[in-house]
Amino acid sequence: MSETTARDTIGGDLPGPGSPPQRQPGRLRLAFDAFVVRREATIFIVAVGLLLYFWANNEDFLSHNNLVNLSQQTAPYAIIATGVVLLLVCGEIDLSVGSVFVLAPFLMHYMVDFYGVYPIVAIIGSVLAGAAIGLANGLIVVVLRVPSFVATLGMLFLVLGIMLTTSHAYPAAIPEAAEGLAGWFGQADWSELIWCLIIVAFFHIVLTRSRWGLHTVATGGNPLGASEAGIRTGRIKIGNFMVTSSLGAFAGILEAFRVNSIDPSAAGADGAAPMLVAVSAAVIGGTALAGGSGTVVGALLGALVLAELRNGFNLIGISANPFNIILGLAIIISMVLNVHLTRLRRAGRR
Amino acid sequence: MNTVPVTTAPALAVEHLAKGFGAVTALRDVNLRLEKGEVLALVGDNGAGKSTLLKILCGFHRPDTGRILLDGEEVVLKSVDHARSLGIDAVYQDLALVNELTVYHNMFLNRERVGRTRLLHNRTMRRIAQEHLDEMGVNIPSVDVEVAKLSGGQRQAIAVARSVYSEARILLLDEPLAAMGAKEGALILDLVGDLKARGEVSIIIIAHNYAQVFEVCDRVNLLQHGEITFDKRTAETSVGELTDLVVEEYRRSRAT
Repeated sequence: MSETTARDTIGGDLPGPGSPPQRQPGRLRLAFDAFVVRREATIFIVAVGLLLYFWANNEDFLSHNNLVNLSQQTAPYAIIATGVVLLLVCGEIDLSVGSVFVLAPFLMHYMVDFYGVYPIVAIIGSVLAGAAIGLANGLIVVVLRVPSFVATLGMLFLVLGIMLTTSHAYPAAIPEAAEGLAGWFGQADWSELIWCLIIVAFFHIVLTRSRWGLHTVATGGNPLGASEAGIRTGRIKIGNFMVTSSLGAFAGILEAFRVNSIDPSAAGADGAAPMLVAVSAAVIGGTALAGGSGTVVGALLGALVLAELRNGFNLIGISANPFNIILGLAIIISMVLNVHLTRLRRAGRR
Repeated sequence: MNTVPVTTAPALAVEHLAKGFGAVTALRDVNLRLEKGEVLALVGDNGAGKSTLLKILCGFHRPDTGRILLDGEEVVLKSVDHARSLGIDAVYQDLALVNELTVYHNMFLNRERVGRTRLLHNRTMRRIAQEHLDEMGVNIPSVDVEVAKLSGGQRQAIAVARSVYSEARILLLDEPLAAMGAKEGALILDLVGDLKARGEVSIIIIAHNYAQVFEVCDRVNLLQHGEITFDKRTAETSVGELTDLVVEEYRRSRAT
């Protein structure tokens, strides 16, 4: 008896903000909704718009050579941003990934030239060293409870210092033994892009279709609730720190092969540049710093937009100086859009 | 009060439970029993130790001393997961729902179905979530919406439905009516009444506002300063009697 009555009453006529929405929205409304719902859609339109704009101003923008340039200006940052997105989604940040980016190729160089390690093993070893740095970041944050901003700020300088001390701040050549691998790892025209697409696709699936990804969202969205549900949020965070540092290391190796030199200033004087670009790409791509939401594909598109701006300005002869103005505005505007589009979505679109 | 008859072991019994945090004694000596299929209200003022007791029962904290018996057998709850595997599940005040995830992902949070490729089996989860919510009479626009879009009552219903789905035999509801309008509250009370009618789960409702939960409960326990000071069937007591007790206690504590 009471079963049937309950069935009829529960949630039946609630006035709450989540009560059944009107069923017959117009077609325009649907299109708009789809647009708003797909975080990536907005940034995709921007990327295409910029492409057309620069192409209209200079045909060379879409020439083979420039497309290669664009891909190489996008790929390493998109790879780093992939890790950054995972971390931001679970509510953490890694400032140190840029200095891991510069350290990794030096580690490869030391292993091959000083210890006679096989080049491919040295590459894997450098990426694993990156993972170890990520593990250290994760443990400091999770076990010692240091906010990730501070923990990884320390790690940024620590790793940068190790790189500068061991290399005496001198550039090194790609190890001769490794030259055979150069084409595979960044030197060939599309090599970086192919790695980037593989990595982005893989982690897009991880974030959207795996338990790990779901738990990453849960950890960032409701840390207490996630742990109450039995999710080991510490493990999720540590894992994502490791992914980020590994990807930073790998991107550093790709870039070293591409420019055919191992440069101690590859990440700028303070080792922060790649990280800042990656965070910008992630934010422009729709990832919230508050945790709980973000997309890897969005970050790739964000990195592409940044590359288009940098490359396009150069090509149509505008000084590179206003670039930062555009970048700054792009970050702020996309963040504002993020906040408000999210609110719009949450409001049940009425 | 704490002699457990061998013949009808209660679903859950707690004997001489104590817990302190540093210098603070949260639970002094708690004795409590929950019969099978019963709805027990655990009431008490803020700071009486309700939350601590809840967190011990769901495996989040370990008691300093005392025993917990499940169907008459002593258990040591090692973790939330462990307690849950034994059929004890808590619905917390914050509901442990993730706003950014859909209803069906929340329903399966940390118990997700995965295929052979280790990818999420979204279609299966969506279907089961919908069936289960329909069966429980929980009405929401769609299991595909993010939880953030739901009302407080709906969110609570989802959290309860999740626990029931996970085959909880003992459900701990922490302040299920806090910050909820009358209609929303009625939704939850109906849900509890529905569960009681089925008789599959035993429920402890933790509440500081006992008047709200009085009608759905079989029995009321009053927790004061880390001890159960009052234990009566709802049929034998009234909201007024409880109020008198609490007020009297308050006056006494102020006098000393």
